[in-house]
Amino acid sequence: MNKYVDKPAGEESLYADRVRVYPRAVRGIARNVKWALLIFCLAVYYVLPWVRWYRGPGRPDQAVLLDISTERFYFFDVTFWPQDIVLLTGGLILAAVGLFLVTSLFGRLWCGYACPQTVWTDLFMLVERWIEGDRNARMKRDAGPITLDKVWRKLAKHGIWLFVAFWTGGGWIMYYVDAPTVTMDFWTGRAGAGVYGFTFLFTATTYILAGWAREQVCTYMCPWPRFQSAMLDEQTLIVTYQGWRGEPRGHGKRDAATSAKLGNCIDCMACVHVCPTGIDIRDGVQLECIGCGLCVDACNEIMDRTGQPRWLIKWDTLARQAELAKGQAVEAIRLIRPRTLIYLSVLAIAVIAMGTGLVMRSLLEVSVQHERAPLFVRLHDGALRNAYTLKLVNKYDYDVNFTITVDGPPQATLQVAGASEVPGSVINIVVPADSVGAYRVFLDAPAGGKEAPNTDINFLLRDTTDGILLKRNANFMGPGARAGG
Amino acid sequence: MPTKIEKDVISGRDTTGHEWDGLKELNTPLPKWWLYTLIVICIWGVGYAIVRPSVPGLFGYYHGTSGYSTRAQVTADVAAIAAGRAGSMDKIKATPIEKIGQDPQLQAVALTAGRITFANNCQPCHGAGGGGRPGYPTLASDSWIWGGKLAEIQQTITYGIRSGHPDARVNQMPRFGADGILKPAEIDAAADFVLSLRAGTKPGPNVAAGAKVFAENCVACHGDKGEGNREVGGPNLHSAVHLYGDSKEAVVAQITNPRQGVMPNWNTRLDAATIKSVAFYVHSLGGGE
Repeated sequence: MNKYVDKPAGEESLYADRVRVYPRAVRGIARNVKWALLIFCLAVYYVLPWVRWYRGPGRPDQAVLLDISTERFYFFDVTFWPQDIVLLTGGLILAAVGLFLVTSLFGRLWCGYACPQTVWTDLFMLVERWIEGDRNARMKRDAGPITLDKVWRKLAKHGIWLFVAFWTGGGWIMYYVDAPTVTMDFWTGRAGAGVYGFTFLFTATTYILAGWAREQVCTYMCPWPRFQSAMLDEQTLIVTYQGWRGEPRGHGKRDAATSAKLGNCIDCMACVHVCPTGIDIRDGVQLECIGCGLCVDACNEIMDRTGQPRWLIKWDTLARQAELAKGQAVEAIRLIRPRTLIYLSVLAIAVIAMGTGLVMRSLLEVSVQHERAPLFVRLHDGALRNAYTLKLVNKYDYDVNFTITVDGPPQATLQVAGASEVPGSVINIVVPADSVGAYRVFLDAPAGGKEAPNTDINFLLRDTTDGILLKRNANFMGPGARAGG
Repeated sequence: MPTKIEKDVISGRDTTGHEWDGLKELNTPLPKWWLYTLIVICIWGVGYAIVRPSVPGLFGYYHGTSGYSTRAQVTADVAAIAAGRAGSMDKIKATPIEKIGQDPQLQAVALTAGRITFANNCQPCHGAGGGGRPGYPTLASDSWIWGGKLAEIQQTITYGIRSGHPDARVNQMPRFGADGILKPAEIDAAADFVLSLRAGTKPGPNVAAGAKVFAENCVACHGDKGEGNREVGGPNLHSAVHLYGDSKEAVVAQITNPRQGVMPNWNTRLDAATIKSVAFYVHSLGGGE
């Protein structure tokens, strides 16, 4: 079936009218898996923000919370800081390579089963089917005149769609602000403009993308189908029509007289009618195919009914199909091949790097920044002073006491700017829990010492609670020093 | 113009009728809603150009029906920020400068306002971070001519030094050489004595003679032992920090024909709360007393 409207030559338009897709309901293994995943994904999405997780007094008790205002991402027992953004990068690499691996092995499973566009479109189609009936009823009603029946069904459908879309948009907000609080604020009109704005935005996009745009998103907007063909090869399991078995297609009895002329395909169009993107799988691998396998279910039903063997449309590799078509011996499905091994090893490296990064990630971060203007100052007694800014990050949920000394000029003294303590060789700084502190520190080398434009020194910071010793290199500057030298 | 639309044998699709050296283009139609989106955006663009400032002219521009201007927006934003700050700045104005440090929030505001004001007004002479230059005092050090307490710094910034303001800090070092008060040999000896006051410097040959000259001419301002006198702005000569250099030539030159800097009174340019903030910031640079 041609997706585009046929027009006489010479009047061919450069723009195609959209042909509405009316997918028919179907039962079978692919459909069951799709239902299970749909329930799982939606349950996680809608319920997760409501899961509570106690973290101690004064801290949010939402299990998963991306708190923009305080710059923290809470994920159960782990709290991520902006500095952990590298882990996000790692996570994205993990997701991308994981997707490459799965796609090269089993085709577009993501598109067909787990992509939010697919999941919500499926949910919206379910609502549509409940209210407007299956494919034939819907087509008939849409083609017919406006009646009371048509009006109330359309109103009911769009009403429920908007309700689901609103639920979805609202659910999204709950990942960013405390769910019970924002729900309360939302309905009492006390939530911020941002909350209402984003709820409206995500309600609108869900309604439009899952209700109206549907397969157009996959075909025209999404970049993933376009470069996914680079992941597929002859050894990838994809949804395939076994042309060698099905052709020549045709109606009619499969008895001894006709079976010589006709293949297994009875050309009933069941595979086309159930397809959520409205394509004909019998045309071969196509960009529009999201690999959901509903045509497999539809065809199996027909094969059972016509008393022919199942799996005329099945998950198979192009290589095996080519061999079957030639009547040759069929090779086994090769899951292990250079491509998958490369993806797997990249994935393994990413997992190890990520895991190590997560486990080894320091909960104390320290940086020492030499003051650039002035580089050094002469004090009235002839001593030489350098100023430093210590940035101390404490990601623990308790206060950390740092004891700071310097391995540098002899008899040098330290002092926190503004503090009343007498300068000494050791200073103590307490960094409160879950915070970043910036402290200006003076390092004074007494007069009479050896003065050089630039001396390498080390700041030694000991966390007295856990005994962790952090060492940071710095410079001590004197007469003759130049900025940047 | 497309001339001959035909069916492509391999794909079964129509061509667009365009042909380049035998290459024919398949017609792969865009969805119509895509076209509609383009049309809607064009309409939006026309409306936008009518409502917002859009068309430039030789002597101005079309202001749009909304009259929006980024300049007016900035003015409004600046006014809003100033209004937002007013509370804190009023509080700084009302708080004695010694008490600002007790309120962490007030302290943060004062430090920020002081840092920015310092960079805009003081940095050209005193250097970034108060590093100082020859002739312009270092503010990050603990060596002060007129005093390093908060109120003293505030006083200096408000009225200046030799600024001409009636409340300005004023002093005058006599031109011992240029006006013939001292002979060159006496000045040379006095310089030897002054240099000997600093620990670690090698005493010159005429320290004893210099001490006598010093006792007769300099102690009124610089103190009996050269320890300085902040009341009259007489620098401490024991300090390792020198405004006009610490070589013997520099000291001789300063006694012979003294250079005397001028610091403007800032009370005519900055409001009281801002001056207080700058004083607080300068005090925090490291030398505050």
